[in-house]
Amino acid sequence: MTATIPNVLVTTDWVAQHATDTGVRVVEVDVDTTAYDQGHIPGAAGWNWTTQLCDTLVRDIVPVNKLEELLGNTGIDNKTSIVLYGDNNNWFAAWAFWQLKIYGHEDVRIMDGGRKKWLAEGRDLSTDAPAIQKKSYKAKTADTSLRAFLPEVQAAVAGKKAGLVDVRSPDEFTGKILAPPGLPETCQRGGHIPGAKSIPWGKNCNDDGTFKSFDELKAMYAAQGITGETPVIAYCRIGERSSLTWFVMKHLLGFEKVKNYDGSWTEWGNLVGAAVEKP
Amino acid sequence: MKPEEHSRKQIELAGWQVTVETYKLGDVYHCTVANVDPGARFARADGATKEEAESRAIEKATKYLAQTRRFPTV
Repeated sequence: MTATIPNVLVTTDWVAQHATDTGVRVVEVDVDTTAYDQGHIPGAAGWNWTTQLCDTLVRDIVPVNKLEELLGNTGIDNKTSIVLYGDNNNWFAAWAFWQLKIYGHEDVRIMDGGRKKWLAEGRDLSTDAPAIQKKSYKAKTADTSLRAFLPEVQAAVAGKKAGLVDVRSPDEFTGKILAPPGLPETCQRGGHIPGAKSIPWGKNCNDDGTFKSFDELKAMYAAQGITGETPVIAYCRIGERSSLTWFVMKHLLGFEKVKNYDGSWTEWGNLVGAAVEKP
Repeated sequence: MKPEEHSRKQIELAGWQVTVETYKLGDVYHCTVANVDPGARFARADGATKEEAESRAIEKATKYLAQTRRFPTV
């Protein structure tokens, strides 16, 4: 990976050597919340995105007090280097990364290739919970420049002032299906936000789960008119796949104004009277 | 512990391409099924043998996939 900001990725080799170093905390975040219990990197903690990385009462990202508690209980303080990894090419690891950046954590990295590469390389797994000494964590004020809300997306559609990137699968983009196969449907209409470009999130990654090269990524986005010269908003179904695309555009390509619209299709596709484009 | 007998294969279930991933850790075989596009794991099972874990996971996956509807795109 030739990234513009290379200190956001670590290799599986690096993790194998440094996972239990002082000042480093490796955390697994999976789509399948049971995956951690099936074996994880020795010393890694596990976070459940359905209960620990969101507000469980209203639909929102994790509240600041809950995040501070989670990080403290995971043995993380403000100076800790957090290394995230997960299944599905780091899909939910990127979701955690995005939220940690919103709350201003300095040193967060993603293990390139995620759980898939670690498993394929036959590396050690453990089913033991790590021994963790609790720490105190103080989050910064939320950086909302990383997050798009509905009014901003509506304004972007009306004024064409931001590029919209739909990272869902082609079948979701065209409205052939309302949710990925095997997952519950959570919206009333299929299709996409008018003017959005279809760049499925999986195209960011190689077969082994690692991110594609800087040049490959730059060319892929440029081919759809996404160059970083104007603001970009990424969205998917619930905001997690698009957080990976946000990570790529913001931290691997170095685009300045990139936001993740976590309301995504489950918000837009349920709005009464919202414009929908098909295919 | 190191995972053993790790395997990944693509098969078609209920008209959808899925990836079946299996490995053994200790005495237990773990199997997960993910849709190929976008790649979300949506069914998993454990078993004492690879065949048992895979057949149980595939049975669950088939049930979930049968609930996925296809809509006209125009």
